[in-house]
Amino acid sequence: MENVIAYSPFLMKGVTVTIALSVCSILLAVALGLLGAAGKLSERLWVQRIAGIYITIVRGIPDLVVMLLLYFGGQVLLNQIGALTGLWTYFELNQFVAGVIAIGFIFGAYMSETFRGAYMSIPVGMIEAGVSVGMTRITLFRRVIWPQLVRYALPGFTNNWLTLMKTTALVSVIGLEDIVYNGFAAGRATREPFTFMLIALFVYLVLTILSDTGLRALERRYTRGVQRGV
Amino acid sequence: MAQAQVKVAGGPQLSARNIHKTFGAFEVLKGISLDAYNHDVISILGASGSGKSTFLRCLNFLESPTEGEVTLDGEVVATRRNRAHQLEPSDRRQIERFRTRVSMVFQGFNLWSHMTVLENVMEASVHVLGISKQKAKDTAEGLLERVGLSERMHYYPAHLSGGQQQRAAIARALAVDPEVILFDEPTSALDPELVGEVLNVMKGLAEEGRTMIVVTHEMGFARDVSNRVIFLEQGRIKEDGPPDEVMNNPKSERFRQFLARSRD
Repeated sequence: MENVIAYSPFLMKGVTVTIALSVCSILLAVALGLLGAAGKLSERLWVQRIAGIYITIVRGIPDLVVMLLLYFGGQVLLNQIGALTGLWTYFELNQFVAGVIAIGFIFGAYMSETFRGAYMSIPVGMIEAGVSVGMTRITLFRRVIWPQLVRYALPGFTNNWLTLMKTTALVSVIGLEDIVYNGFAAGRATREPFTFMLIALFVYLVLTILSDTGLRALERRYTRGVQRGV
Repeated sequence: MAQAQVKVAGGPQLSARNIHKTFGAFEVLKGISLDAYNHDVISILGASGSGKSTFLRCLNFLESPTEGEVTLDGEVVATRRNRAHQLEPSDRRQIERFRTRVSMVFQGFNLWSHMTVLENVMEASVHVLGISKQKAKDTAEGLLERVGLSERMHYYPAHLSGGQQQRAAIARALAVDPEVILFDEPTSALDPELVGEVLNVMKGLAEEGRTMIVVTHEMGFARDVSNRVIFLEQGRIKEDGPPDEVMNNPKSERFRQFLARSRD
């Protein structure tokens, strides 16, 4: 117990990294997800193709492989570009940035499908009603499509978010000091690995329960008027 | 883009010229023209598949016609050919303004499920016309009272009956103070006992002098309320005239059969 107290600031640092990484990654994932969904729903065939290739490939390879490829491969690639163009001599990819890009990139593909499904669930009539009273495209999106999109996407979004948060544990392999990495280090140093692994486990559980509660509240708000088993 | 702003005195308010619509190889509309004058209440009848809803939806470009022209108060809606070789409005501002002047009531009500009835009715006033919330609310409350929904205005659509939802949708279509209202089978999705309340509201609007174009299966409404009846058959106008004339002395055999089958 003394060890836990002694290491608690160190562990807290790890928790902060885990949370920051999750939040930044989900923002990137949502942005890519909206783009991917818009791409797949586009009338232009080549845009559909690009979005389709992104979604198929990323969903088809293991997260860990993408992360390692991006971190090590990305670094090599950047340095080769630097050497070729002579614009920079050496570039070290920041682990946090690499983690955010990798996780955001992976979950963007899952989000694309969540958003696409949500969009397709919106009754066409509600969109037509907006068009028929002369709404501009922006107003239509903001006032009709977005609230409906959020409503239909939230259950899937919650799933993706919970999975994403746990996926951040993988970043410890590229040396990012998240709760897993620091927990492991503390466990080794004190020779109490199970104590610290249990703490890490507990941290994830608390984070997921908290977000589940928060997202459920959000879901209630967005299903106002049509509530059913939230 | 040519924007003829001349208002032709005594000319038609809403006018459609030679509307064609093709879905793939199937020609649904084979050249339909219609002039609606101020205070006209025009009923469009026809069997399912005759193209009457498609025609109505071409009038406000919810459906892109393959050929043809729509004019409101002498102003032609500017169009261009899209990828699918259909005519879509080319001037966003113009068509958006046009749609606030020609609003629509749908068969499936299409109320926005995330807004209360009052919010549904206020929406276009505030977010399309830019009217202040307070003013929009006063107008909306007045309209809801007219359609008999004052007590339900804070309900969400899901908690209303079909007839109430359709009356709310009519109030929503009225909120932009349109010159013409298009009704796309407004009572077809309703239980028989709820049809009357919606028809009564529509009758009130007709008496008020609103210009209305109504796609309907309600023979009583066509006969008693409208001043002109059109019968569509396979994408063409087969009958056109005042209800007494057209419905009592149908020229075509098809309309005679249609009337006989609709009579109950």
